[in-house]
Amino acid sequence: MENKFNLILESSPHFKTKMSTPQIMYVVILLLLPMCIAGVYFFGWAALIRILLSLVTALLTEFVFLKLRKKDISPVFDGSAAVTGILLALTLPPTLPLSDVVIGSVVAISIGKQLFGGLGYNIFNPALVGRAFLQAAFPVDMTTWVKPFYFNLDSITSATPLGGFKIDGVSTALNKLTLGNTGGCIGETSAILIIIAGIILILLKMADWKIPVSIIITVSVFAGILHLIDPVKYQDPLFYLFSGGLMLGAFFMATDMVSSPITPLGSIIFGVGIGIVVMVIRVFGGLPEGMMYSILFMNCFVPLLNRYTKPKIFGEV
Amino acid sequence: MKMKRLTFKKGIHPKEFKQITENLEIKEVPVPPKIIIPIRQHIGAPLNPVVKKGDRVKTGQIIADSEAFVSAPVHSSCTGIVKNIGDYPTPLSPSDTCIEIETEEKEEFDFDLNSNIDYKSLSKQEILKLIRKAGIVGMGGAAFPAAVKFTPPKDIHIDTVILNGCECEPYLTSDYRTMLEFPEKILEGLKIIMRAVGAERGIVGIEDNKPDAIEKMSHLADNESNINVQAVKTKYPQGAEKMLISALTGRRIPPGDLPFSIGVVVSNVGTAAAIYDAVVKNIPLYKRVLTITGEVLENPANLLVRVGTPFSFLFDYIGGFSDEVTKLILGGPMMGIAQFTPDVGITKATSGILVLGKRKVCKEFNCINCAECVNHCPMFLVPAKIVRFAKSEIWDKAEDYGAMNCIECGSCSYICPSNIPLVHWIRVAKSKITEIKKSSGK
Repeated sequence: MENKFNLILESSPHFKTKMSTPQIMYVVILLLLPMCIAGVYFFGWAALIRILLSLVTALLTEFVFLKLRKKDISPVFDGSAAVTGILLALTLPPTLPLSDVVIGSVVAISIGKQLFGGLGYNIFNPALVGRAFLQAAFPVDMTTWVKPFYFNLDSITSATPLGGFKIDGVSTALNKLTLGNTGGCIGETSAILIIIAGIILILLKMADWKIPVSIIITVSVFAGILHLIDPVKYQDPLFYLFSGGLMLGAFFMATDMVSSPITPLGSIIFGVGIGIVVMVIRVFGGLPEGMMYSILFMNCFVPLLNRYTKPKIFGEV
Repeated sequence: MKMKRLTFKKGIHPKEFKQITENLEIKEVPVPPKIIIPIRQHIGAPLNPVVKKGDRVKTGQIIADSEAFVSAPVHSSCTGIVKNIGDYPTPLSPSDTCIEIETEEKEEFDFDLNSNIDYKSLSKQEILKLIRKAGIVGMGGAAFPAAVKFTPPKDIHIDTVILNGCECEPYLTSDYRTMLEFPEKILEGLKIIMRAVGAERGIVGIEDNKPDAIEKMSHLADNESNINVQAVKTKYPQGAEKMLISALTGRRIPPGDLPFSIGVVVSNVGTAAAIYDAVVKNIPLYKRVLTITGEVLENPANLLVRVGTPFSFLFDYIGGFSDEVTKLILGGPMMGIAQFTPDVGITKATSGILVLGKRKVCKEFNCINCAECVNHCPMFLVPAKIVRFAKSEIWDKAEDYGAMNCIECGSCSYICPSNIPLVHWIRVAKSKITEIKKSSGK
């Protein structure tokens, strides 16, 4: 009887769900695809080239850094670097020089992720680290926008809805904002697609609903109050919600598991914080858009939020 | 009347696998040629053998006992000769004192087979004495001596006795079968416990994946004004003491306290049946119902087994395996203990034996802060944080985050997409914290 057994000794539980971290990443990629397709639809092959370039660069950078750190290279395929690469591309202008795309992607993975210790250890959303670097290094490239459907990209420049309103006082029709038929980053323009994909992500429990919900409520309240005070100077809340990177940021960036809080209350405070900071930047700051900085800013507070929002243990009064 | 499904917050929904054995009647296993009875079966003071090598023992005779209050004696589960008293592997330890008995065919009993005591004529103290004498421990898995459990501190009044018929562990069906086949015993057992602790009401909590057990028990309880059979939602760990109490009464046990503190006593349905046997029929706890199950078994079954029957005998009895065995688990898949050998004897708290076959090995990934563990921890802990502190050996922080309150239900490890053995690390933290407390207390 004895020889028949080669028993594994492990502590309980002996039972697991089938869901794994790479699976989560690949589902996120799948849900980012509609935005990629919309980007290509609005901005042509230029968008596709930039998405693929950013993706491939991210994977290569991950590979090189894991090699340099003498680590197992299997994390290259866990999907997390791919998510970063695609997310970064979606937040770039469709005309950004290809060299900038490569630099942004390298910075995102190297400084944004690997220098912190790789998957799970980064404080900031890696894609936004890459984007922030590009914004600082190539401010002109990063603020050159084109009109959708004009595939000869060098000729016709356009303002984003937020930029247009802030600088020239031009407002954009809501139907254009929701569908995405405006100037802007590759994957940020179609709010409706992002919301649909985001809701699926939440229903699959791969994003915490509390974060986008609290961002959206905060922005609505903030903008609503301003709009009531002075409807000419301040746009209505829907404009602020559906323009710029707000929806993509709320559903796909702020909800990045690694760089968002782990406690329920922490997530709500995190979302409210992002909502306030983005509106402060957009309304009172020097930049038309502030989603990136507001998320990065709130990322800094995640360890603190986790510490001070520790849930009450069952039965504790 | 449609019953409201009560429940607790958070928890998980693992696949049940109960259909393997749920319709199989409890079958009594014959006496094996050799029985190995571990003498350490309960939580509490260790026992000393009261028989010697070579002694002849009768079924139901006490073979190990202790003077200590927190203990319960162990009885011989067969008639035979004590072959050896020495160290053997037990389901709970790689090596511990066991009494090996070579069984005889003709069975003699150490108790009166015809006794039928009216428990209503007994005082609280007399009932408790009988429960202790019969060696009753919690049969749901914890194995805490029942008589001790039913003796609250002087100034505390117990108003509610809860019987736990949840059986929330996947695969296991022994409590379910007991409820279907011996519901009267369970109900009488509940009344005895209520009398012993002086409680006004009794509640039987059963998960709603066992509708016929609920129906059978409620039908019986119809005539009892102070006993209520309550359906609870099928969710793991519904049968965890703290969760069940909160589902049924809305009361929550403060961290570090016992159910006493909120006026409740919880007992497993199997334990209640054993208490009926102990008090009314004078039969000590030497047999129990267990589920032996798993996809790689030829004939999974619900069995009535004598304490000390080796696992290997049971496997032979039910007809062996259909495929390679990789894990042998005492208990269910969520909280059960993996065994390194099938040559261990079952204990009073063995509710099941689970045999697992070939499984895909899951690779461990870094924690990505997905918060799934936080979202499913029924104790409202932050398992990922405790584990990070445990891995960095920062024990005081692990304690700050409530490591000691972990009930080890396994929900976090089950749900973790990165396959981190969270409960394992929390166990490490718990034992370290206890160790540090002990050494600083001196």
